[in-house]
Amino acid sequence: MRTIHRTLGALDRGPLRDIALVALADGVVGLSYGAISTGAGFGPWLPVVLSLVVFAGASQFLFVGLIAAGGSPFAAAVAGLLVNIRHLPFGMAVADVLGGRGRVLGSHLMTDESVAFAMAQENARRRRAAYWACAIGIFVCWNLGALAGAFAGTVIGDTDALGLDAAFPAVLFALVLPSLRDRDTRNAAVTGAAIALVATPFLPAGLPVLLALAGLLVPAGRR
Amino acid sequence: MTGELVIAIAVLAVGTFGFRFAGPLLRSRIEVPVRVRTLLGIGAAVLLAAVVATNALADGQSPAGFAKPIGVAVAGVLAWRKAPFLVVVVSAAVVTALLRLAGVP
Repeated sequence: MRTIHRTLGALDRGPLRDIALVALADGVVGLSYGAISTGAGFGPWLPVVLSLVVFAGASQFLFVGLIAAGGSPFAAAVAGLLVNIRHLPFGMAVADVLGGRGRVLGSHLMTDESVAFAMAQENARRRRAAYWACAIGIFVCWNLGALAGAFAGTVIGDTDALGLDAAFPAVLFALVLPSLRDRDTRNAAVTGAAIALVATPFLPAGLPVLLALAGLLVPAGRR
Repeated sequence: MTGELVIAIAVLAVGTFGFRFAGPLLRSRIEVPVRVRTLLGIGAAVLLAAVVATNALADGQSPAGFAKPIGVAVAGVLAWRKAPFLVVVVSAAVVTALLRLAGVP
């Protein structure tokens, strides 16, 4: 407990407030995820267990959605895995932040948001603090949201009406923006995003984002 | 059906953890040169940018309509003009929600 306190102590109130905002927003999306799952006919245990052991929102929505639409559970698991492959390069990038102790837990709690919050900090101590604060905050809120949604049902059935689906990309954009000041990163990111967009109508979810890594060849080729 | 579901959930959970843990595990075993480390950092930024673009402009494999892209664009401009994080995030949600309320797809 004291270790956690010391780690998070590196953060100012500003980033902590931002992280709390994102965690709460994710909690509301978790609420709708739980409600949608039970609404589709699954027992409340499914969205709750899935959230705890997989803990990757996009793949959970896809998994539940595909099975509810009549797909086989194994096809749904493969589709979910495709969406989650991006965590592999993420893990390579934030390995320093995760450090030695707590590596297993820190890996399980990895999300787009925690990686983005870590990357937006200027030194190693703050990166570590931001990663853990965001990882724990989102894990707690997302799972409580899923639990409440699964058992209480549709208080908020459709978070799209609240525009929360737009908040997610906005959060990541705001966090990735500082690193785009570097020209090589910006060229690679713009090219990669364009590749992902062109590929989106043709490839299963998850693969277009991976293809974006081809954008890395742009600044390397120019040197 | 429940048995199949449980196995499918286990496959997704174990596979996902494997993806997440592979990086930290590998990095603790081998010394990674600074150049590669820089490239990994850029790679994470590229992936996040691609997640932003596909989430803002698409809904699964189909186009996202107009409300969400406009909401994200407004937030993007605000972020670029160094608006506070809270303002950026709330503007994305509010603009998108209002446009949908007005009947914009």
